[in-house]
Amino acid sequence: MDKQGNLYTFIYAAVMVIIVASTLALVSQGLKPLQARNEMVAKKTDILQSVNIASTNKNAEAKFEEVIGESSYIVNYKGEKVEGVAFDVDLAKEVRKPLEERLYPVYEARLEDGEVKYVLQFRGNGLWGPLWGYVSLDDDGETIYGATFGHKSETPGLGAEIANESFQAQFKGKEIFNSNGELVSVSVVKGGAPDDAMSAVDAVSGGTITSEGLENMLRNFFKGYEQFLNNIERERHE
Amino acid sequence: MSSEKEPLFSAKNLKLLTVPLGSQNPITVQVLGICSALAVTAKLEPSIVMALSVVFVLVFANLIVSLIRNSIPSRIRIIVQLVVVAALVILVDQILKAFAYEVSQQLSVFVGLIITNCIIMGRLEAFALSNKPWPSVLDGIGNAAGYGLILIIVGFVRELFGSGTLSFPGIGTLNVIPAAFYEMGYVNNGFMILPPMALIVVGIIIWVQRSRDKSLVESN
Repeated sequence: MDKQGNLYTFIYAAVMVIIVASTLALVSQGLKPLQARNEMVAKKTDILQSVNIASTNKNAEAKFEEVIGESSYIVNYKGEKVEGVAFDVDLAKEVRKPLEERLYPVYEARLEDGEVKYVLQFRGNGLWGPLWGYVSLDDDGETIYGATFGHKSETPGLGAEIANESFQAQFKGKEIFNSNGELVSVSVVKGGAPDDAMSAVDAVSGGTITSEGLENMLRNFFKGYEQFLNNIERERHE
Repeated sequence: MSSEKEPLFSAKNLKLLTVPLGSQNPITVQVLGICSALAVTAKLEPSIVMALSVVFVLVFANLIVSLIRNSIPSRIRIIVQLVVVAALVILVDQILKAFAYEVSQQLSVFVGLIITNCIIMGRLEAFALSNKPWPSVLDGIGNAAGYGLILIIVGFVRELFGSGTLSFPGIGTLNVIPAAFYEMGYVNNGFMILPPMALIVVGIIIWVQRSRDKSLVESN
């Protein structure tokens, strides 16, 4: 057959596409369970990290079971519990809905000393792609106990620094309500927050848009969780 | 078929491995693949992983294209090469996600960037299309290693002076600048983290290389 002819070229292209497409489809299907498991374990590792418990691929599931187990639930904008499994909530979808209609997952972590921390879940946008994170609060519903953030594609060395422990450690002990009980979230301040700021942290240098994205994400979701957090505080005082 | 069988590592074949490391380096001499050299080298770890991924993709792309070189219709050869490279890159991405999830998280967009790396298309077009599989594999290793070498040097310099740390895949981040230095007033050069410094570091490497090897200097 003429190798430069039209027919040969068409057949060649068609056969090549079929072979490549079926190989990729097979590989993708075959590896999917492994990938899904990795994602689930990574999520559990993140949640544990937000209550300052380090875990590895191997022990994340066992530790998650121990610290959180079944004590997770979904709340709505009014702070009421709704039906559903918190772990299955896809914030990538929720974030597109208006604040009032979103589902907000809550994980209650019981630490070894018996203290209860509330882990809240966040999602927003950075410079190049989505940001996400988990913030844990003390049982007063306003003091941050720990935080962990992740990102899809922020610039390494700049915006990507939000995933660094030294950046995340700044959040410990910050208050998300001011002394009048108004929600202020946590500001990410370019050029550095004052040392005594109760509700602000230093931005990452060279990562202005990522820092702003992070600040918006926190403000946005804390607003969504506000009623729930007020309820916690009220229950504590009763 | 040649009547004499060439040894696997003949002088000619070895040259395929070593020349791209030095006098025919894809980045410093041919100035290919600069964009990814800028993007991933702010830290050492992604530089190393990127280098390894490119070795994998280029070796297999070269091998596959070389194996089917006599069947490829010349009018669609670029498309065939692209399909081979794209398929390999997706494979790498899927395999990393399944077996090295954390690495794949760090590399994220850069894996996709391999497709746009002109070194890969360049080697397929210039070498694999007209050579036998084994030399093509060696050529792939050589060129990817020459690319990776520069990437790792740049990543090393930028992370060391920009962040004061060095990070390795599987080991994590090591603080190499002692805390005492910072107490004495040493400050990380934040400029090193920004993309333009990658270009300047590559420029310095080119300068050093050309001042040592005069044959690379163009005569006017």
